[in-house]
Amino acid sequence: MKGSAVDPNRIYASQTSGWFGQIIQRSDDGGETWFQPGTPAGEATTSEDGMPKGESNKFVYDSSEETGKPLTTHQFYDGTLKPWVFKRVWHLEPSLDNPDVVYAGIEDAALFRSADGGQTWQELPALRGHGTGPQWQPGAGGLCLHTIILDPDNPQRIFVAISAAGAFRTDDGGATWKPINKGLHSLYIPDPTAEVGHCVHHIAKHPSNSNILFMQKHWDVLRSDDAGDNWHEISGNLPTDFGFAIDVHAHEPETVYVVPIKSDSEHYPPEGKLRVYRSRSGGNEWEPLTKGLPQENCYVNVLRDAMAIDSLDSCGVYFGTTGGQVYGSSDSGDTWAPIVRDLPPVLSVEVQTLS
Amino acid sequence: MIVVVLPAHLRTLAGVTGDVNLEIEGAVTRRSILDALEARYPMLRGTIRDHVAGERRPMLRFFACSEDVTHDSPDAPLPEAIASGAEPFYIIGAIAGG
Repeated sequence: MKGSAVDPNRIYASQTSGWFGQIIQRSDDGGETWFQPGTPAGEATTSEDGMPKGESNKFVYDSSEETGKPLTTHQFYDGTLKPWVFKRVWHLEPSLDNPDVVYAGIEDAALFRSADGGQTWQELPALRGHGTGPQWQPGAGGLCLHTIILDPDNPQRIFVAISAAGAFRTDDGGATWKPINKGLHSLYIPDPTAEVGHCVHHIAKHPSNSNILFMQKHWDVLRSDDAGDNWHEISGNLPTDFGFAIDVHAHEPETVYVVPIKSDSEHYPPEGKLRVYRSRSGGNEWEPLTKGLPQENCYVNVLRDAMAIDSLDSCGVYFGTTGGQVYGSSDSGDTWAPIVRDLPPVLSVEVQTLS
Repeated sequence: MIVVVLPAHLRTLAGVTGDVNLEIEGAVTRRSILDALEARYPMLRGTIRDHVAGERRPMLRFFACSEDVTHDSPDAPLPEAIASGAEPFYIIGAIAGG
Protein backbone atom coordinates (compact mmCIF):
# COMPACT_ATOMS: atom_id res chain seq x y z
CA MET A 1 0.00 0.00 0.00
CA LYS A 2 1.28 3.47 -0.77
CA GLY A 3 -0.08 6.97 -1.22
CA SER A 4 0.78 9.42 -3.96
CA ALA A 5 3.35 12.05 -3.07
CA VAL A 6 1.46 14.70 -5.05
CA ASP A 7 -2.10 13.77 -4.06
CA PRO A 8 -2.41 12.41 -0.51
CA ASN A 9 -5.97 11.30 -1.19
CA ARG A 10 -4.77 8.91 -3.87
CA ILE A 11 -3.74 5.60 -2.32
CA TYR A 12 -2.93 2.37 -4.10
CA ALA A 13 -3.19 -1.04 -2.44
CA SER A 14 -2.50 -4.58 -3.55
CA GLN A 15 -4.72 -7.41 -2.33
CA THR A 16 -3.89 -10.99 -3.08
CA SER A 17 -5.27 -14.35 -2.06
CA GLY A 18 -5.00 -17.96 -3.06
CA TRP A 19 -8.67 -17.97 -4.00
CA PHE A 20 -9.13 -15.02 -6.30
CA GLY A 21 -5.60 -14.00 -7.20
CA GLN A 22 -4.55 -10.40 -7.60
CA ILE A 23 -6.80 -7.42 -6.93
CA ILE A 24 -5.68 -3.79 -7.22
CA GLN A 25 -7.56 -1.34 -5.01
CA ARG A 26 -7.45 2.44 -5.23
CA SER A 27 -8.79 5.17 -3.00
CA ASP A 28 -9.27 8.74 -4.20
CA ASP A 29 -10.50 10.03 -0.84
CA GLY A 30 -7.67 9.21 1.53
CA GLY A 31 -8.88 5.71 2.28
CA GLU A 32 -12.54 6.42 3.06
CA THR A 33 -13.67 4.34 0.11
CA TRP A 34 -11.90 1.90 -2.18
CA PHE A 35 -12.56 0.58 -5.65
CA GLN A 36 -10.90 -1.43 -8.36
CA PRO A 37 -9.58 1.03 -10.94
CA GLY A 38 -11.59 0.63 -14.09
CA THR A 39 -14.85 0.12 -12.22
CA PRO A 40 -16.89 3.09 -11.05
CA ALA A 41 -16.05 4.35 -7.60
CA GLY A 42 -18.85 3.76 -5.15
CA GLU A 43 -21.43 3.15 -7.85
CA ALA A 44 -23.47 0.08 -8.60
CA THR A 45 -21.51 -1.98 -11.07
CA THR A 46 -24.44 -3.94 -12.41
CA SER A 47 -25.29 -1.81 -15.42
CA GLU A 48 -25.25 -3.82 -18.60
CA ASP A 49 -24.44 -0.80 -20.71
CA GLY A 50 -21.09 0.84 -20.95
CA MET A 51 -19.49 -0.84 -17.97
CA PRO A 52 -15.74 -0.10 -18.16
CA LYS A 53 -13.44 -3.01 -18.26
CA GLY A 54 -11.96 -3.93 -14.92
CA GLU A 55 -8.53 -5.08 -15.97
CA SER A 56 -6.59 -3.56 -13.12
CA ASN A 57 -5.60 -7.06 -12.04
CA LYS A 58 -4.19 -8.01 -15.43
CA PHE A 59 -0.42 -8.29 -15.50
CA VAL A 60 0.81 -9.85 -18.72
CA TYR A 61 4.52 -10.11 -19.46
CA ASP A 62 5.46 -8.18 -22.57
CA SER A 63 6.85 -10.75 -24.98
CA SER A 64 5.90 -8.92 -28.15
CA GLU A 65 8.57 -8.54 -30.82
CA GLU A 66 8.10 -4.79 -31.03
CA THR A 67 8.41 -3.75 -27.41
CA GLY A 68 9.03 -6.79 -25.28
CA LYS A 69 11.51 -9.48 -24.47
CA PRO A 70 11.06 -13.20 -25.09
CA LEU A 71 9.80 -15.10 -22.10
CA THR A 72 12.70 -17.31 -21.13
CA THR A 73 12.93 -19.33 -17.95
CA HIS A 74 14.31 -18.59 -14.51
CA GLN A 75 15.86 -20.84 -11.88
CA PHE A 76 13.76 -22.64 -9.31
CA TYR A 77 14.90 -23.50 -5.78
CA ASP A 78 16.27 -26.84 -6.93
CA GLY A 79 18.08 -25.51 -9.99
CA THR A 80 15.42 -26.62 -12.44
CA LEU A 81 14.07 -24.11 -14.93
CA LYS A 82 10.62 -22.55 -14.63
CA PRO A 83 8.68 -20.30 -16.98
CA TRP A 84 7.74 -16.83 -15.87
CA VAL A 85 4.23 -16.88 -14.38
CA PHE A 86 2.48 -13.91 -12.79
CA LYS A 87 1.57 -14.61 -9.17
CA ARG A 88 1.06 -11.36 -7.26
CA VAL A 89 2.01 -7.73 -6.75
CA TRP A 90 4.50 -7.24 -3.94
CA HIS A 91 4.92 -3.48 -4.02
CA LEU A 92 3.22 -0.44 -5.52
CA GLU A 93 5.25 2.76 -5.93
CA PRO A 94 3.38 5.87 -7.07
CA SER A 95 5.18 8.38 -9.26
CA LEU A 96 6.63 11.40 -7.48
CA ASP A 97 4.91 13.89 -9.79
CA ASN A 98 1.85 12.26 -11.40
CA PRO A 99 -0.87 10.60 -9.30
CA ASP A 100 -2.00 8.45 -12.24
CA VAL A 101 1.42 6.92 -12.78
CA VAL A 102 2.32 4.02 -10.52
CA TYR A 103 4.87 1.22 -10.67
CA ALA A 104 4.26 -2.36 -9.54
CA GLY A 105 6.86 -4.92 -8.53
CA ILE A 106 5.54 -8.39 -9.14
CA GLU A 107 6.26 -12.10 -8.63
CA ASP A 108 7.65 -13.74 -10.82
CA ALA A 109 9.98 -10.79 -10.80
CA ALA A 110 9.23 -7.99 -13.23
CA LEU A 111 8.46 -4.28 -13.15
CA PHE A 112 5.14 -2.96 -14.43
CA ARG A 113 3.85 0.57 -14.89
CA SER A 114 0.40 2.06 -15.11
CA ALA A 115 -0.21 5.52 -16.55
CA ASP A 116 -3.98 5.53 -15.99
CA GLY A 117 -4.33 5.24 -12.25
CA GLY A 118 -3.94 1.49 -12.11
CA GLN A 119 -6.58 0.60 -14.69
CA THR A 120 -4.14 -1.10 -17.05
CA TRP A 121 -0.55 -2.23 -16.67
CA GLN A 122 2.39 -2.57 -19.02
CA GLU A 123 5.67 -4.28 -18.31
CA LEU A 124 9.01 -2.48 -18.51
CA PRO A 125 10.47 -5.56 -20.17
CA ALA A 126 14.11 -4.52 -20.34
CA LEU A 127 14.60 -5.43 -16.69
CA ARG A 128 13.50 -9.05 -17.01
CA GLY A 129 15.17 -9.26 -20.40
CA HIS A 130 18.46 -7.46 -19.86
CA GLY A 131 20.44 -10.69 -19.76
CA THR A 132 20.72 -12.13 -16.27
CA GLY A 133 17.01 -13.06 -15.99
CA PRO A 134 17.54 -16.77 -16.70
CA GLN A 135 19.87 -16.89 -13.65
CA TRP A 136 17.37 -15.40 -11.22
CA GLN A 137 16.00 -17.66 -8.55
CA PRO A 138 13.35 -17.26 -5.87
CA GLY A 139 14.06 -16.40 -2.26
CA ALA A 140 12.05 -18.10 0.47
CA GLY A 141 9.11 -15.82 -0.29
CA GLY A 142 9.22 -16.35 -4.03
CA LEU A 143 10.92 -14.65 -6.98
CA CYS A 144 9.58 -11.24 -6.11
CA LEU A 145 10.39 -7.66 -7.06
CA HIS A 146 9.73 -5.99 -3.72
CA THR A 147 11.58 -2.69 -3.75
CA ILE A 148 11.15 0.23 -6.17
CA ILE A 149 12.94 3.53 -5.51
CA LEU A 150 12.29 6.58 -7.66
CA ASP A 151 14.73 9.47 -7.64
CA PRO A 152 13.30 12.98 -7.21
CA ASP A 153 16.43 14.53 -8.71
CA ASN A 154 16.55 12.25 -11.73
CA PRO A 155 13.27 10.99 -13.18
CA GLN A 156 15.18 8.66 -15.48
CA ARG A 157 16.72 6.76 -12.58
CA ILE A 158 14.95 3.83 -10.87
CA PHE A 159 16.35 1.30 -8.43
CA VAL A 160 14.68 -2.07 -7.88
CA ALA A 161 15.51 -5.10 -5.75
CA ILE A 162 14.54 -8.71 -6.31
CA SER A 163 14.73 -11.74 -4.03
CA ALA A 164 16.96 -13.57 -4.74
CA ALA A 165 18.44 -11.89 -7.77
CA GLY A 166 19.73 -8.67 -6.27
CA ALA A 167 19.59 -4.95 -6.99
CA PHE A 168 19.27 -3.31 -10.41
CA ARG A 169 19.33 0.25 -11.74
CA THR A 170 18.18 2.08 -14.81
CA ASP A 171 19.34 5.57 -15.74
CA ASP A 172 17.17 5.92 -18.82
CA GLY A 173 13.65 5.47 -17.51
CA GLY A 174 13.67 1.68 -17.78
CA ALA A 175 15.00 1.27 -21.32
CA THR A 176 18.15 -0.44 -20.07
CA TRP A 177 19.10 -1.97 -16.73
CA LYS A 178 22.20 -3.26 -15.05
CA PRO A 179 22.82 -5.36 -11.93
CA ILE A 180 24.33 -3.32 -9.08
CA ASN A 181 25.55 -5.99 -6.69
CA LYS A 182 29.32 -5.44 -6.57
CA GLY A 183 30.51 -5.76 -3.01
CA LEU A 184 27.69 -8.02 -1.89
CA HIS A 185 28.98 -11.23 -0.34
CA SER A 186 26.49 -14.07 0.10
CA LEU A 187 27.80 -17.35 1.52
CA TYR A 188 24.62 -19.22 0.65
CA ILE A 189 25.23 -19.14 -3.13
CA PRO A 190 27.88 -21.05 -5.07
CA ASP A 191 29.81 -17.90 -5.99
CA PRO A 192 29.50 -15.56 -2.99
CA THR A 193 30.32 -12.51 -5.12
CA ALA A 194 28.22 -13.38 -8.18
CA GLU A 195 26.79 -10.63 -10.34
CA VAL A 196 23.24 -11.80 -9.48
CA GLY A 197 21.75 -14.27 -7.03
CA HIS A 198 21.86 -12.22 -3.84
CA CYS A 199 18.85 -12.11 -1.55
CA VAL A 200 18.48 -8.37 -1.13
CA HIS A 201 15.70 -7.76 1.39
CA HIS A 202 15.23 -4.01 1.07
CA ILE A 203 16.92 -0.78 0.04
CA ALA A 204 16.41 2.74 1.37
CA LYS A 205 17.56 6.10 0.04
CA HIS A 206 17.43 9.62 1.39
CA PRO A 207 15.53 11.86 -1.04
CA SER A 208 18.27 14.48 -1.02
CA ASN A 209 21.02 12.29 -2.40
CA SER A 210 20.81 10.23 -5.57
CA ASN A 211 23.92 8.22 -4.90
CA ILE A 212 23.78 7.06 -1.28
CA LEU A 213 21.85 3.84 -0.72
CA PHE A 214 21.42 1.62 2.32
CA MET A 215 20.64 -2.08 1.98
CA GLN A 216 19.36 -4.77 4.30
CA LYS A 217 20.47 -7.99 2.68
CA HIS A 218 19.41 -11.48 3.84
CA TRP A 219 22.48 -11.24 6.04
CA ASP A 220 24.51 -7.99 6.13
CA VAL A 221 23.63 -4.32 6.17
CA LEU A 222 25.42 -2.44 3.39
CA ARG A 223 25.92 0.99 1.95
CA SER A 224 26.71 2.41 -1.45
CA ASP A 225 28.01 5.91 -2.15
CA ASP A 226 27.87 5.61 -5.92
CA ALA A 227 24.27 4.68 -6.70
CA GLY A 228 24.86 0.99 -6.19
CA ASP A 229 27.96 0.55 -8.35
CA ASN A 230 29.88 -0.54 -5.26
CA TRP A 231 28.68 -1.65 -1.82
CA HIS A 232 30.43 -2.10 1.49
CA GLU A 233 29.23 -3.62 4.72
CA ILE A 234 28.23 -1.35 7.59
CA SER A 235 26.82 -3.95 10.00
CA GLY A 236 29.36 -2.86 12.64
CA ASN A 237 28.17 -3.59 16.17
CA LEU A 238 24.67 -4.83 15.31
CA PRO A 239 23.70 -7.88 17.41
CA THR A 240 22.75 -9.64 14.16
CA ASP A 241 22.76 -8.25 10.66
CA PHE A 242 19.85 -10.33 9.40
CA GLY A 243 16.61 -8.42 8.95
CA PHE A 244 14.12 -7.00 6.53
CA ALA A 245 13.24 -3.35 7.20
CA ILE A 246 15.62 -0.44 6.65
CA ASP A 247 14.94 3.28 6.37
CA VAL A 248 16.64 6.69 6.48
CA HIS A 249 15.86 9.70 8.66
CA ALA A 250 13.83 12.41 6.94
CA HIS A 251 16.35 15.21 7.49
CA GLU A 252 19.60 13.46 8.41
CA PRO A 253 20.87 11.53 5.38
CA GLU A 254 23.42 9.68 7.51
CA THR A 255 20.90 8.45 10.09
CA VAL A 256 19.71 4.93 9.32
CA TYR A 257 17.27 2.56 11.03
CA VAL A 258 17.16 -1.25 10.98
CA VAL A 259 15.37 -3.89 13.05
CA PRO A 260 17.77 -6.79 13.57
CA ILE A 261 16.18 -10.24 13.42
CA LYS A 262 17.90 -13.25 14.98
CA SER A 263 18.48 -15.36 11.88
CA ASP A 264 17.08 -16.59 8.59
CA SER A 265 15.50 -19.57 10.34
CA GLU A 266 14.43 -17.73 13.52
CA HIS A 267 12.43 -14.66 12.53
CA TYR A 268 12.29 -12.77 15.82
CA PRO A 269 14.43 -10.18 17.60
CA PRO A 270 17.51 -11.44 19.42
CA GLU A 271 16.76 -12.33 23.06
CA GLY A 272 13.09 -11.61 22.46
CA LYS A 273 13.80 -7.87 22.86
CA LEU A 274 12.23 -5.69 20.17
CA ARG A 275 14.91 -3.14 19.34
CA VAL A 276 15.26 -0.69 16.51
CA TYR A 277 18.90 0.12 15.86
CA ARG A 278 19.89 3.59 14.75
CA SER A 279 23.15 4.74 13.27
CA ARG A 280 23.81 8.47 13.13
CA SER A 281 27.10 7.96 11.32
CA GLY A 282 25.89 6.31 8.14
CA GLY A 283 26.50 2.84 9.52
CA ASN A 284 28.95 0.74 11.53
CA GLU A 285 28.11 2.39 14.86
CA TRP A 286 24.61 1.46 15.99
CA GLU A 287 22.61 2.21 19.13
CA PRO A 288 19.61 0.22 20.32
CA LEU A 289 16.35 2.14 20.66
CA THR A 290 14.22 0.42 23.29
CA LYS A 291 12.12 2.96 25.21
CA GLY A 292 8.50 1.96 24.85
CA LEU A 293 9.24 -1.28 23.00
CA PRO A 294 8.77 -4.73 24.60
CA GLN A 295 12.07 -5.91 26.06
CA GLU A 296 11.12 -9.44 26.94
CA ASN A 297 9.25 -12.33 25.36
CA CYS A 298 8.72 -10.59 22.03
CA TYR A 299 8.85 -13.02 19.13
CA VAL A 300 7.59 -11.02 16.20
CA ASN A 301 9.16 -10.13 12.86
CA VAL A 302 9.24 -6.76 11.11
CA LEU A 303 8.79 -7.13 7.37
CA ARG A 304 10.48 -5.13 4.62
CA ASP A 305 7.65 -2.75 3.77
CA ALA A 306 6.52 -2.33 7.38
CA MET A 307 8.64 0.71 8.29
CA ALA A 308 7.92 4.32 7.36
CA ILE A 309 9.31 7.79 8.04
CA ASP A 310 7.33 11.04 8.13
CA SER A 311 8.64 14.46 7.11
CA LEU A 312 8.02 16.45 10.30
CA ASP A 313 10.96 18.33 11.78
CA SER A 314 11.27 15.88 14.66
CA CYS A 315 11.04 12.94 12.21
CA GLY A 316 8.45 10.35 13.08
CA VAL A 317 9.40 6.71 12.63
CA TYR A 318 6.81 3.93 12.40
CA PHE A 319 6.92 0.18 12.06
CA GLY A 320 4.55 -2.78 12.20
CA THR A 321 5.10 -6.34 13.33
CA THR A 322 3.91 -9.76 12.32
CA GLY A 323 2.21 -9.83 15.72
CA GLY A 324 -0.13 -7.07 14.61
CA GLN A 325 1.32 -4.14 16.54
CA VAL A 326 2.23 -0.80 14.97
CA TYR A 327 4.68 1.34 16.95
CA GLY A 328 5.39 5.00 16.40
CA SER A 329 8.10 7.37 17.53
CA SER A 330 7.68 11.12 17.19
CA ASP A 331 11.28 11.87 18.16
CA SER A 332 13.43 10.10 15.59
CA GLY A 333 13.28 6.83 17.50
CA ASP A 334 14.26 7.96 21.01
CA THR A 335 10.91 6.86 22.47
CA TRP A 336 8.16 4.62 21.13
CA ALA A 337 4.51 3.94 21.80
CA PRO A 338 2.07 1.47 20.28
CA ILE A 339 -0.40 3.06 17.89
CA VAL A 340 -2.51 -0.05 17.39
CA ARG A 341 -2.28 -3.69 18.38
CA ASP A 342 -3.92 -7.03 17.62
CA LEU A 343 -4.06 -6.51 13.88
CA PRO A 344 -3.26 -9.39 11.51
CA PRO A 345 0.41 -9.57 10.53
CA VAL A 346 1.43 -6.10 9.34
CA LEU A 347 2.84 -6.24 5.82
CA SER A 348 2.97 -2.56 4.97
CA VAL A 349 3.21 0.70 6.91
CA GLU A 350 2.99 4.01 5.12
CA VAL A 351 2.75 7.50 6.56
CA GLN A 352 1.52 10.75 5.10
CA THR A 353 2.40 14.16 6.51
CA LEU A 354 -0.62 16.41 6.02
CA SER A 355 -0.47 20.16 6.39
CA MET B 1 -32.03 -17.44 -17.12
CA ILE B 2 -29.03 -18.91 -15.32
CA VAL B 3 -28.58 -18.40 -11.59
CA VAL B 4 -24.99 -18.20 -10.34
CA VAL B 5 -23.96 -18.27 -6.69
CA LEU B 6 -20.69 -16.44 -6.10
CA PRO B 7 -18.34 -16.64 -3.11
CA ALA B 8 -18.89 -13.71 -0.75
CA HIS B 9 -15.68 -11.89 -1.69
CA LEU B 10 -16.53 -11.98 -5.37
CA ARG B 11 -19.96 -10.53 -4.62
CA THR B 12 -18.19 -7.66 -2.90
CA LEU B 13 -15.90 -7.11 -5.87
CA ALA B 14 -18.83 -7.26 -8.29
CA GLY B 15 -20.91 -4.95 -6.14
CA VAL B 16 -23.86 -7.34 -5.93
CA THR B 17 -25.83 -8.90 -3.14
CA GLY B 18 -27.36 -12.32 -3.44
CA ASP B 19 -27.33 -14.51 -6.51
CA VAL B 20 -26.45 -13.35 -10.00
CA ASN B 21 -28.80 -13.89 -12.92
CA LEU B 22 -27.41 -14.26 -16.43
CA GLU B 23 -28.94 -14.71 -19.87
CA ILE B 24 -27.04 -17.11 -22.07
CA GLU B 25 -27.68 -17.81 -25.71
CA GLY B 26 -26.79 -21.27 -26.96
CA ALA B 27 -25.33 -24.13 -25.00
CA VAL B 28 -25.10 -23.69 -21.26
CA THR B 29 -21.65 -24.84 -20.26
CA ARG B 30 -19.15 -23.81 -17.63
CA ARG B 31 -17.29 -21.76 -20.22
CA SER B 32 -20.41 -19.98 -21.48
CA ILE B 33 -21.48 -19.19 -17.92
CA LEU B 34 -18.08 -17.79 -16.99
CA ASP B 35 -17.86 -15.86 -20.27
CA ALA B 36 -21.26 -14.30 -19.59
CA LEU B 37 -20.39 -13.62 -15.95
CA GLU B 38 -17.13 -11.85 -16.88
CA ALA B 39 -18.83 -9.87 -19.63
CA ARG B 40 -21.44 -8.61 -17.19
CA TYR B 41 -18.98 -8.09 -14.33
CA PRO B 42 -15.61 -7.31 -15.92
CA MET B 43 -14.03 -6.76 -12.53
CA LEU B 44 -14.26 -10.51 -11.98
CA ARG B 45 -11.92 -11.22 -14.86
CA GLY B 46 -8.81 -12.86 -13.54
CA THR B 47 -10.37 -13.80 -10.21
CA ILE B 48 -11.94 -17.10 -11.32
CA ARG B 49 -9.85 -17.90 -14.37
CA ASP B 50 -6.33 -16.71 -15.03
CA HIS B 51 -6.23 -13.77 -17.48
CA VAL B 52 -3.71 -15.32 -19.81
CA ALA B 53 -4.02 -19.09 -19.61
CA GLY B 54 -7.73 -19.07 -18.83
CA GLU B 55 -7.17 -21.78 -16.26
CA ARG B 56 -9.33 -22.11 -13.17
CA ARG B 57 -7.73 -20.79 -10.00
CA PRO B 58 -6.69 -23.84 -8.00
CA MET B 59 -8.75 -23.06 -4.92
CA LEU B 60 -12.06 -22.58 -6.73
CA ARG B 61 -14.51 -25.31 -7.68
CA PHE B 62 -17.73 -25.54 -9.64
CA PHE B 63 -20.86 -27.39 -8.51
CA ALA B 64 -24.03 -28.15 -10.46
CA CYS B 65 -27.01 -30.08 -9.05
CA SER B 66 -24.97 -31.33 -6.09
CA GLU B 67 -22.26 -32.64 -8.41
CA ASP B 68 -18.68 -31.42 -8.53
CA VAL B 69 -18.17 -30.55 -12.20
CA THR B 70 -14.80 -28.88 -11.66
CA HIS B 71 -12.87 -31.45 -13.64
CA ASP B 72 -15.40 -31.93 -16.41
CA SER B 73 -14.70 -30.37 -19.77
CA PRO B 74 -15.46 -26.63 -19.69
CA ASP B 75 -17.52 -27.18 -22.82
CA ALA B 76 -19.60 -30.06 -21.46
CA PRO B 77 -23.33 -29.20 -21.40
CA LEU B 78 -24.59 -28.64 -17.87
CA PRO B 79 -27.80 -30.29 -16.59
CA GLU B 80 -31.13 -28.97 -17.79
CA ALA B 81 -31.95 -27.76 -14.29
CA ILE B 82 -28.97 -25.37 -14.53
CA ALA B 83 -29.89 -24.26 -18.04
CA SER B 84 -33.47 -23.57 -16.98
CA GLY B 85 -32.48 -21.73 -13.85
CA ALA B 86 -34.24 -24.20 -11.58
CA GLU B 87 -30.93 -24.94 -9.88
CA PRO B 88 -28.07 -22.47 -9.35
CA PHE B 89 -24.54 -22.91 -10.65
CA TYR B 90 -22.20 -22.68 -7.67
CA ILE B 91 -18.72 -21.17 -7.73
CA ILE B 92 -17.17 -22.32 -4.47
CA GLY B 93 -14.02 -21.12 -2.71
CA ALA B 94 -12.15 -24.01 -1.13
CA ILE B 95 -12.16 -24.25 2.63
CA ALA B 96 -8.50 -23.52 3.10
CA GLY B 97 -6.34 -21.91 5.68
CA GLY B 98 -6.66 -24.16 8.67
